[in-house]
Amino acid sequence: MSTFAVEAHDIVRSFKDGEVQALKGVSLMVPRGEVFGLLGPNGSGKTTMVRILSTILAPNGGYATVDGFDVVKQPDAVRRRIGLAGQYATVDENLTGFENLRMIGSLNHLKKSYVISRANELLAQFGLSDAANRTTKGYSGGMRRRLDLAAALVAHPPILFLDEPTTGLDPQSRQDLWGIIENLVEGGTTVLLTTQYLEEADRLAKQLVVLNKGSIIAQGTSAELKAQLGTTVLALTFASTDDAARGLELVRELSDKPANVEGSLIELTLDNGPRAAADALRRLDGGGITVTGLNLREPSLDDVFLNLTGHKAEDEVPADVRPSRKAGK
Amino acid sequence: MTDIMHDDRSAFAWAMSDVLTIARRNILALVRIPSSLVFAILQPIMFVLLFRYVFAGAIPVGANFGSYVNYLIPGILVQTTIFGAVGTAIGLAEDLQRGLIERFRALPMARMAVLAGRTVSDLARNILILLVITGIGFLVGFSPGGSFVAYLQASLLMLSFAYCLSWGFAYIGLAAPNSETAQAMTFPLIFPLTFASSIFVPLQSMPSWLQVFARNQPVSQTAEAVRGLMLGVPHGNATYISLAWALGALCLLGPLSTRVYKKVA
Repeated sequence: MSTFAVEAHDIVRSFKDGEVQALKGVSLMVPRGEVFGLLGPNGSGKTTMVRILSTILAPNGGYATVDGFDVVKQPDAVRRRIGLAGQYATVDENLTGFENLRMIGSLNHLKKSYVISRANELLAQFGLSDAANRTTKGYSGGMRRRLDLAAALVAHPPILFLDEPTTGLDPQSRQDLWGIIENLVEGGTTVLLTTQYLEEADRLAKQLVVLNKGSIIAQGTSAELKAQLGTTVLALTFASTDDAARGLELVRELSDKPANVEGSLIELTLDNGPRAAADALRRLDGGGITVTGLNLREPSLDDVFLNLTGHKAEDEVPADVRPSRKAGK
Repeated sequence: MTDIMHDDRSAFAWAMSDVLTIARRNILALVRIPSSLVFAILQPIMFVLLFRYVFAGAIPVGANFGSYVNYLIPGILVQTTIFGAVGTAIGLAEDLQRGLIERFRALPMARMAVLAGRTVSDLARNILILLVITGIGFLVGFSPGGSFVAYLQASLLMLSFAYCLSWGFAYIGLAAPNSETAQAMTFPLIFPLTFASSIFVPLQSMPSWLQVFARNQPVSQTAEAVRGLMLGVPHGNATYISLAWALGALCLLGPLSTRVYKKVA
């Protein structure tokens, strides 16, 4: 048995007769029993990768195995070993929470008696017992996500694909879901998680791959990526773009990473935020330039991109995510 | 753990179980949103009333039918079951739109079960609608002269015909970008098939060029057979021709739709 839960080698996938290149040769090795993070902005190819690994979509090139089984040649073996949950929370609106889980259980070919006890167990575990017999149409976003995740877990899959599980959730629901994922991994489950949030990847994932426009632009542990990045972002606002340009000359050398300039706003990635901020203010004051706003924050995914590519993560969305079919988001 | 979790059945038994699971889910949806069923029943009732009381006087039919209402009701029943089969296109398009099919495709279930389950639940829905419209028919004066067994045969025939058509509508449902478009796409297909047919009016009243199409198309053959069986009047080989069309459609459209289902993203 391979030491890796998921292996992907040079996966290529395009859409619209090759017009849109969603994946341009992506390779991944996901170790067992931990969370592996697939980080990237919208349209970077994350969802396409998950769809290929979960046998929904065939790659145009390359090959992948899940738990040792080829996703193209042995799709049913793969399907018996995976659970899939995602940002679209595909639960059946006309069924109750319990009925949703029962349906997924029987489609996973589990014993009837087992499905019933497992469904109740999961509903209790995810705080959905009270809502078990209500149709999911009335569920909140957080409840849907939890039910969606519960559905992915009915058959105890050793490998779980979570496609942006917390996108659009409020902070509390996000925390809840993170706790659930951590418990699963403690129990031995392997999780491949896609996310747009550095914070999420940082909290959950041991190893990370950063995707941009269908290619891997960075990989390593979250600590390694952060070390590359610096720890703080200093944002300075000026009264005019002129001031910003002159200010940039004065503070540029405080950071060895490229600065991000947008109109009268400058952003610098720094290793020692507070000290560098004080330093920046002294320099600007000395140069006679007034700062109208100052903000110190944790680096975001945008900062990772700025750092890795020299430009901001673009939000262009190729026909990567189940395009025309989705109603709404 | 494997022992208490998994059931040991053959692939075929599991496929049947998957079909029933999906069909059950669709029927639950039907029960939960009764308005869709109500309108599916209301529409043919309107047709019955329209033709029975508004147009009847203007449509002369052969003496062997007794009266226009006897000519009309078997036709309306055929039309109703065909319209019912359109539900397959709408339902599948909705599931695709909501991303449910995406989840099904990542499950170790039989590939054809999503389509087969949908056609089976649509058949169940069609049986219910057929019963209601049959009752309405008797209320407005339908008095068939054929035997009860022939009546059942006629009902079975049109349900089978509609069931086979369902597989064709499945194809449309999978190809359409959303359920509204799916419904609109079925219209240019079923409109000529049901109206340029012997469902409402005798073929002799149509221009001769249209008669050629109307006489030979499958819906007319089905209507002729159903009417002949219910009323106990001669209808030639219409039953066999209708069955041949139905089986042909199933053999062609079933595999075609299943192939599209496997590919559709």
